[in-house]
Amino acid sequence: MAETLPIEFTINGVHRAIDVAVNITLLDLIRDDLRLTGTKECCDVGECGACTVIVDGRTVDSCLMLAVEADGTAILTVEGLAKDGQLSPLQQAFLDKGGAQCGFCTPGQLISAHALLESNPSPTRAEIEEGLAGNLCRCGCYFQIFDAVESVAGGAGK
Amino acid sequence: MQTFAYKRPATVAEAVALLDRHGPEAHVLAGGTDLVVGLRDGSRAPGVVIDIKRIAELRLGIVEEGGRVTIGATTTMTELASNALIRRHFPALAEAAAVVGSVQIRNRATIAGNICNASPAADAAPPLLVYDATVVAAGLSGTRRIPIDEFFVESGVTTLARGELVTAIELPVPARRSGAVHVRRTRRRGHDLASVTLCCSVDEAGVTRLAYGSVGPRPVVCVDESGTLADPGAPTEARARILEGMFAGASPSKRSMRAGPEYRLAMLRVLGWRALQVATERLGEARTNG
Repeated sequence: MAETLPIEFTINGVHRAIDVAVNITLLDLIRDDLRLTGTKECCDVGECGACTVIVDGRTVDSCLMLAVEADGTAILTVEGLAKDGQLSPLQQAFLDKGGAQCGFCTPGQLISAHALLESNPSPTRAEIEEGLAGNLCRCGCYFQIFDAVESVAGGAGK
Repeated sequence: MQTFAYKRPATVAEAVALLDRHGPEAHVLAGGTDLVVGLRDGSRAPGVVIDIKRIAELRLGIVEEGGRVTIGATTTMTELASNALIRRHFPALAEAAAVVGSVQIRNRATIAGNICNASPAADAAPPLLVYDATVVAAGLSGTRRIPIDEFFVESGVTTLARGELVTAIELPVPARRSGAVHVRRTRRRGHDLASVTLCCSVDEAGVTRLAYGSVGPRPVVCVDESGTLADPGAPTEARARILEGMFAGASPSKRSMRAGPEYRLAMLRVLGWRALQVATERLGEARTNG
């Protein structure tokens, strides 16, 4: 039986205080304990980006972070992007530009793109490509994804 | 995932005591981008994981004092790549930090983790060798300063002793104007480990320092003080002879899946010449800009 520790954090603006096993990842915590299944489990080695979430303003692969490390942090997952049932402009752009095919990588792509636009509201195409380089899309929608991000860059679409 | 104990020391003294008590059973968690992969696939089986990210002494950031820049152990690649001091004095280190993994990896991976994991492909290693870094390690009996060239042994092995923890990396601010560049070869652009990772600097006194990794069990640094490599007007054959001597330290593994040894050796030459040229150009620009 693994040791557990009490941790506190906010996730999508909601404060949580729970006990977690020290040997589970933040991804396990988000999907299995909090039942926020938008964040996807895929490669489990930090190469595909499907599990990307934002911790204290920066994107991380949640499969490479222990849940206990989230103690005291603020986390944003894809479930936190829409407000009052309205998709964010970025999410709407993914739909409009065909940036989601099978949809499995989409939550990670959205979170990476969201973080990119937060830190750099008007990225160039090259900056978009670099910003999303840690998110693989096996359907090969890269151009549509980049188009979607570009279409809301600089506040367009807001 | 396998079970292990988890400790989150608040001070270096506590961390060092834990490391000393548990010895090889203790594995340090900094950014976790290597450790957590190993925990999951079983290639790492620690009795206790020591999370050093909450230790304030390691989070000193990047500070300049008395002719040297000190980088706190848990400084991330993202922080290194965007830091004004690093970009001004050690631009090739900023370039290397900017190409490690992906954005998500760079937001977590730390400078100390990059060198302590001692991957032959560590991108921070060649610039740290070129800039003559010193590794600061705390232990039960005090602090030890290890020249970076005496730190690496082979993949996954360093000269850190039981109970020692890297607390910072120190870099002397270059006394002379120089031009430097980090270059690398990967299978895909964006997110990959290097098949060859290389750094070169040329300074106004004619000293060329060249370091490379991912072509042998540990990264290698070579220095040419003759002025020949730094002189674009010197005979190509003479410069090639010196470069070939520098590359003699390369011995790429036959077992790596990323690239074959012949390819790596060929690319090492291509990147070496290219880096030498760019570093020389940048030295020229530094001179022009005063």
